[in-house]
Amino acid sequence: MALNFDENAPVLEIKDLNLSYWTRAGEIPAVIDFSLTVQKGESIGLVGESGCGKSTVAMAIMQYMGGNGSIKSGSIRFKGVELTELPPDELRTLRGSHISMIYQEPFAALNPSLTLGTQLKEVPMTHEGISDTEAHDRAAQVLADVRLPDPARVMAAYPHQISGGQQQRVVIAMALLSNPSLLLLDEPTTALDVTVEAGITKLIADISRKYGTSQIYISHNLGLILEVCDRVFVMYSGEVVEEGTINSLFTWPRHPYTHGLFGCIPLPTADKNAAPLRPIVGQLPLPHERPHGCNFGPRCKFFEDGRCDAKDVPMEPVAGTTSDHRVRCVRWREIDHSQDVAHGDAKDPMEIGDAVLAVEGMQKYYEVHDRSIKALLAGKSVMYVKANEQLNFDARRGETVAIVGESGCGKSTFAKVLMGLETATDGSIRHDGNDICKIPVRARSPQQIGSLQMVFQNPFDTLNPSHTIGTQIGRVIKKFGVETDKTKIRARVMELLDIVKLPRDFYIRRPRQLSGGQKQRIGIARAFAGNPSMVIADEPVSALDVSVAAAVTELLMEIQREHKTTLLFISHDLSVVRYLSDRIVVMYLGQIMERGTTEAIFAPPYHPYTEALLSAVPIADPEVTKREIVLEGNLPSALNPPQGCPFSTRCPRKVGTVCDDERPPVQMASDTHAIACHIPLEELARVEPVIVVPSEEERAHVAHQ
Amino acid sequence: MLIFILKRIGQMLLIMLIVSVMLFLLLEINVESVAVKVLGQYSTQEQRELWLQRNGYYDPIYERYGRWLWGFVTGDLGESVRFKKPINDFMWDRLWNTAVLGFWAMAFIIPLALVLGILSGMREGSWLDRTISVTSIITTSIPEFASAPLLAAIFVFGLGWLPGTSSMIGGFDWKQLVLPVAVLVIYDFGYVARMTRASMAEVMTTHYIRTAVLKGLPYRSVILKHALRNALIAPFTVIMLQIPWLLSGVIVVEFFFAYKGFGALLLEASLNQDILLIEAASMVAVFVVVATQTLSDIGYTYLNPRIRFT
Repeated sequence: MALNFDENAPVLEIKDLNLSYWTRAGEIPAVIDFSLTVQKGESIGLVGESGCGKSTVAMAIMQYMGGNGSIKSGSIRFKGVELTELPPDELRTLRGSHISMIYQEPFAALNPSLTLGTQLKEVPMTHEGISDTEAHDRAAQVLADVRLPDPARVMAAYPHQISGGQQQRVVIAMALLSNPSLLLLDEPTTALDVTVEAGITKLIADISRKYGTSQIYISHNLGLILEVCDRVFVMYSGEVVEEGTINSLFTWPRHPYTHGLFGCIPLPTADKNAAPLRPIVGQLPLPHERPHGCNFGPRCKFFEDGRCDAKDVPMEPVAGTTSDHRVRCVRWREIDHSQDVAHGDAKDPMEIGDAVLAVEGMQKYYEVHDRSIKALLAGKSVMYVKANEQLNFDARRGETVAIVGESGCGKSTFAKVLMGLETATDGSIRHDGNDICKIPVRARSPQQIGSLQMVFQNPFDTLNPSHTIGTQIGRVIKKFGVETDKTKIRARVMELLDIVKLPRDFYIRRPRQLSGGQKQRIGIARAFAGNPSMVIADEPVSALDVSVAAAVTELLMEIQREHKTTLLFISHDLSVVRYLSDRIVVMYLGQIMERGTTEAIFAPPYHPYTEALLSAVPIADPEVTKREIVLEGNLPSALNPPQGCPFSTRCPRKVGTVCDDERPPVQMASDTHAIACHIPLEELARVEPVIVVPSEEERAHVAHQ
Repeated sequence: MLIFILKRIGQMLLIMLIVSVMLFLLLEINVESVAVKVLGQYSTQEQRELWLQRNGYYDPIYERYGRWLWGFVTGDLGESVRFKKPINDFMWDRLWNTAVLGFWAMAFIIPLALVLGILSGMREGSWLDRTISVTSIITTSIPEFASAPLLAAIFVFGLGWLPGTSSMIGGFDWKQLVLPVAVLVIYDFGYVARMTRASMAEVMTTHYIRTAVLKGLPYRSVILKHALRNALIAPFTVIMLQIPWLLSGVIVVEFFFAYKGFGALLLEASLNQDILLIEAASMVAVFVVVATQTLSDIGYTYLNPRIRFT
């Protein structure tokens, strides 16, 4: 069964590939006319929003299309071997050894009932027929390569016993075990925290450089693609609309869609007042409702009747570039993107009013009962998880305050206490003058509940599928006591639909008829139903596609502007946070590490953790330079946090034992800027800024070269 | 783990205590009727009162309950009215006989159901899947009182291969066990097979199966190593629930084939209003239910490493 590889041929060569899914409604073309060549050691980025067909391409390379998917035409050659005609047993020798894959959700990708060692060992045992002990040594070696501490322990563990970041490292190790020539990465870091993401990204880059592995990196995150890839393919509705080297494509995007995508992401140059995001209008067409001609036509502002919708648009090379830049647009020569402002219209900054929320010394401890005999004998059966420890900050009318931190930092616990789903252990939270931190939601008056509302992270789960949108919002209006009369409630729902820019006939729709972005708009309408003085937004756009997220972000800010609402924005994404918040609170393991105005947080002096967070955020601008700080290790368990500074176990700038033993003092860099760290302020101020954005002149200089 | 087991045993005892109170109240609150049940329709009022007096039935109810419970705990189950001898002398034999019947039924049901369920769940919607599904639905929908006469008609009266009764008067006989076991297997395997199929089909759509396939593992190894153990978690619980079901579910079979088992005993006790026997048999049945559930919970933790009782 030896496959005859041609070592001189490209690692992967896809030509004119057409993939379709067959459903009851008939054939649905998922990928159209796709061509791609990957040379040895090259990293290719595949970018696009959900439903554009990027994962389908990866599955087609693996020849794993499921029961209803098939390759209609075209060829996929791996080192000269045609994969579409390969018999199953030869395909099997290829999978997992020559081509392997790294998946989006590491936890789902690992078998829950087998030890990680078993799952790792079987790869070389199957492909190379080596013995169990040999496979064991190999697996341990690769686990060490992916920088997992204590490989022996990891191999004996089950997937649920290790953290998400460690799981992804195991999945990566599994993919690398037989030293593949091609690695397919399907959103490998989307499910992970930013600092973990930064570590994994660097790891993948190091390894592929070391072994000369080619990569196809699928992501919706342009910033990430910029950091890891050589060439990038932008996909839209089943087609590649633009391809080119990172430099060429990121500096001079030619396709209006690519250009639009950059307008949607909060780059360091964007500003919520001076240079707001510019969402792409409209929605992705359904696969069976694609327009004639250019798929992007209906959403494109350069659309020209009779030209763009005349016939299918071919890929054309962009003249004058050395880098094989190609674009699928009939008007690319005419459109001068440099004349086109990449952001929306400037707005006046908001007026900041009186304090709406004042948090003082807030603490939330959870009791955890350990029922093992050992704990009972030791008298340690009750332990405390310190979810929030000594939180102090305030938020004023019309202001946006962001709480930033990775999972497990206590930001969601804080939101729960605010909402009354949990009560605080100690301290006070004054909202509109009343201390609410010990009043559970059931004991709050409808007005109190209505004036403090929340927009949830996942719009897909927060709407009841069996009620219409109208009744769901109407019910909230009634509950909050805003209106009682039926016709008035209806009128108010219509008004709210107008506010969130949804058509009024959504009143009678049900959630399943709505897209993710539309559902989140309903979530926002619901939150604003009781005229709240403050809205908590818990990662409101992280589950949405880039262009949809931009539209929802802009909407949220517009409503805030109009109603002078205070927004408490909870997020792990510093680029969004930098874009829309006035002040930032950085949390780690339940404690505030740093707080201050947005400008103060993004400039030295930094708390070492903030520094690492800033460095971890991928930025989709090749001219922005960033200092690299990669955090090692895992978040400590909240049950057993470090004695002194919570960040001491991972801090790259640790001073000494004082960090382990003593709580860091809160140092005031200015009236509003507080840093909890043992390092003196002067020393913290002496570091270089993490993110350096070139000035307009510098950019112009680069553009002329 | 130890604490978990201790807890479960405590729970078991509590459940049995509650059931015993309910049973006792239900059957013995009206002492008159007890006397009637024990002495028969034609006893005189005097005889009944004398009997009740002698057996302490005029004592307060909690005392009687305490006495009965104590007797139960110390192994004195009393005397059966129907069989005119101590319950201890024959009930355990009956239980053993049913255990033998149940063991052989399970010995066929479990492998048959699991193999068929896994085969059909492996490729949902395939020709094999449809055949197995239809077969198991048909066999499950035939009640035991229909399949028992049908099998008897074929193998006893038609072909004459097997005996029609299974009373085992002349000692243990393999031949006599065949038909009762067959009826139980036919009735029950389809249900377990359907459960296994659903579980297997679900496992086959998970991402870790995709991972296993894309690792280049042979199909056999994907199924046996990766899918099987996860697919067995749900059917395991179902199978453990079949054991208490067998205890009473065998009544029809035992009665039809005159098999001297626990089910037939329970039926006889109820028909003859043999109160002490009903009480004893019920308590045994409750014990079996609670014990199998505890075993199933413990077994579950071994199949599913995500659940550990600490």
